[in-house]
Amino acid sequence: MKGTTSTFSTSRRQLLKTSSALGLGAMALGMTPAWASPLGRAAAASRTVESGPEIALAIRREDRLVAGQRTRPITINGSSPGPMVRLKEGQEAVIRVTNLMDEPTSIHWHGIILPPEMDGVPGISFAGIAPGDTFTYRFPVTQSGTYWYHSHSGLQEQEGHAGPLIIDAATPDAFQYDREHVLLLTDWTFEDPKNVFRNLKTMEGYYNFQERTVADFFADVRRNGLQDTVEARSMWAEMRMSSRDISDVTGSTYTYLLNGNAPDENWTGLFRRGETVRLRVINGSAMSYFDLRIPGLKMTVVAADGQPVQPVPVDEFRIGVAEAYDVLVTPEDDKAYTIFAEAMDRSGYARATLAPRMGMQANIPARRDIADRGMEAMGAHGGMNHSKMAGMDSSKMAGMDHSKMAGMDHSKMAGMDHSRMAGMDHSKMAGIQGEALAAGMLAAGAVQPGARYDQAGIGLDQQQRRVLVYQDLKALAPWPDQRPPQREMELHLTGNMERYMWSFDGKKFSEVNGPIHFNKDERLRLILINDTMMEHPIHLHGMWMELENGHGEMIPRKHTLNVKPGERVSALITADAEGSWAFHCHLLYHMDAGMFRVVKVS
Amino acid sequence: MSIICISRHAVIASAASATLSVMPLLAYAEDGYDAPDDWPSPMAEHLQWSAAFDRLEYASPDKGNNALVWDFQAWYGSDVNRLYVKSEGENIQGDGEDAEFESLELLYSRLVADFWEFQAGMGYQGGVFSDDHEERVYGVLGFQGTAPYRIETDAALQFNEGGIVTASIELEHDVRLTQRWYLQPRSEIVVAANESEALGIGRGVNSLRIGLRARYEITRRFAPYVGMYWERQYGATADMQRVEDEEVENTGVVVGVKLMF
Repeated sequence: MKGTTSTFSTSRRQLLKTSSALGLGAMALGMTPAWASPLGRAAAASRTVESGPEIALAIRREDRLVAGQRTRPITINGSSPGPMVRLKEGQEAVIRVTNLMDEPTSIHWHGIILPPEMDGVPGISFAGIAPGDTFTYRFPVTQSGTYWYHSHSGLQEQEGHAGPLIIDAATPDAFQYDREHVLLLTDWTFEDPKNVFRNLKTMEGYYNFQERTVADFFADVRRNGLQDTVEARSMWAEMRMSSRDISDVTGSTYTYLLNGNAPDENWTGLFRRGETVRLRVINGSAMSYFDLRIPGLKMTVVAADGQPVQPVPVDEFRIGVAEAYDVLVTPEDDKAYTIFAEAMDRSGYARATLAPRMGMQANIPARRDIADRGMEAMGAHGGMNHSKMAGMDSSKMAGMDHSKMAGMDHSKMAGMDHSRMAGMDHSKMAGIQGEALAAGMLAAGAVQPGARYDQAGIGLDQQQRRVLVYQDLKALAPWPDQRPPQREMELHLTGNMERYMWSFDGKKFSEVNGPIHFNKDERLRLILINDTMMEHPIHLHGMWMELENGHGEMIPRKHTLNVKPGERVSALITADAEGSWAFHCHLLYHMDAGMFRVVKVS
Repeated sequence: MSIICISRHAVIASAASATLSVMPLLAYAEDGYDAPDDWPSPMAEHLQWSAAFDRLEYASPDKGNNALVWDFQAWYGSDVNRLYVKSEGENIQGDGEDAEFESLELLYSRLVADFWEFQAGMGYQGGVFSDDHEERVYGVLGFQGTAPYRIETDAALQFNEGGIVTASIELEHDVRLTQRWYLQPRSEIVVAANESEALGIGRGVNSLRIGLRARYEITRRFAPYVGMYWERQYGATADMQRVEDEEVENTGVVVGVKLMF
């Protein structure tokens, strides 16, 4: 059984102090690490790590056990989720992907800066990989860190077509560690993903079995009084929405997996007392945000989305879909520690164990109760009604100095169809906007009014534990492009939950008639305004998004930005990647429902 | 595939010109970016469908015969445009007659607001397999959706032969007792703009039916229930019923199942 699921782990016994003393530090750090799986040993481990620069991957649909039940996931070189692809910065990666299924497939290298035709999105980067065909991805590896790969075809990602992509740095990392483990979180369903999608289209709350009931009403009356309860409940009822709408697809159909293992299977990563262990946490799930903690261990966040950040000690962090965090832990005791990744809606969890020896386990924490969404999500409800939205927006923008905006009406801007602007003379546009905005725009890196970077998000108690927030993220060193933004672009995250329609600026992908245009080499500020009451992890292919969380030239850069309900988030982008790129919500069914755009850089 | 596998040197020289030089037959795709014609759309919209018996029940009235009653609805289409089939009807037990479609409607439906669909089409009333029941064909115009406070609403006008116009409004609301137990009050009112003896329609309020069902969702797709209802005919409609020696007021209990396919 264990052989069918992947185990990603490496012991990197660097003996740092000794080796540096001997003058071998650089050599030790630069060596290809020796791999060791804590579970499967040689046979399993060799199958689950594919090291570059030349790699061959075969995609199949095969019978496998998931959570002890026979099913038919998509496998990559025999395992589902797929093997770890391990590259090294400076390599020229050559990855041959062979499709042995009877449907087209693809692999997208999530978070990797590469030529547009190697990005792996069918219809934008290439035609896709037809059954029986082999596509050779070739790209220079110009970055390092923790990433992942997954199918960009249909709903295949939900069927296990994903795996970790780890790139070793050419120069030593800024932090030291003795051992590393990859923790890949996924959500597995035994249902056909197409049915999952149809169920959501038919009944948005299909998978939600934590809705408010009459009993909750009376409990609230006891706690908050009749009047407040009635007022709060009737607001939600009037809006025809559920304050318990935290996740669209829940533990009622999902089994949450960690490195392909269900909670009961207890994937185990080994450590020696006193070792510093690097955990490369990747959320490769289709729809699930996780809150991860290791009771008894402080975690130090050292990288976000593969990119190094200044160390942040935390007790818990929320990882949005497609995000990645690297954390260091130093277990001092000779005992087991539970890695507990609770689904954001508390409908289930993924679990693993860090232990000095195999076969050990620690207590599994109790799950918390589901939270009710509050005012900020209600505020976002305006997004359901676009006419109301315009009004709301400008009031939020009151924080900005409108008088300085040189007569530009921003609320009208939002209503403009950006896609239609493609037909306009862009060179002139940029000039006009550049001038107008230069006067009224916030400084580079400044926090937009309406951002909530100091909040961890729904259901997390920042009083109880130190929880990572976006405000904590600071780059180690300034990113190369320190130009202020020349242009601002606003994009609303929109949806109709009742119909399970998801879109940007009120238009599904099928309804837009052109790409979003970035001018080649411009420095752009992308402002994302979430008009819905759900979180959306927004992912831009091909270019980094530098999250303007108030840290000036030390703002962090990410490939996926979590935008909370009602939130206004901004990022600086250097549009240096000529070509067409995908830009979408990384919740798989949101993307499939139309929350997807093409970004064209030219 | 090989045409898009370009060398590193080409990439470094210029990704754009390399792309152009190795990709023949560039077409200006519908989506406004350069992609050859034979590439798939990166995100295709799929048509969906749904079919459900909101009610499939055995009704036992206080007065009169038991009946098998159905309330079925199915749709196929996109988010905005859909084709609906709706049907309500009954088979009265032991009357020696065929089951009757009280309505069998084929409707075009268009999403006109976040929670509302405008629907228009044709309806049929009559025997399911025979001509045991009087037949009529009518036009339908209506709105279906969710009113504030989550009241599921289906309001429609029926245009009959001879200019007879009726309106029906069905309202339903689910009270969630637990995650599985639901209490569902529902009401149905029929109003007519004019009178037709042939159709048994009187002017004004024709009938009112109120029901309450307790449902247990074993799964979302299979939810048995029990319930009761009260119904009454009014005005000229009631008079016509009396002439036919039929009940103008009745109560009953039901046992049924809500099915989703």
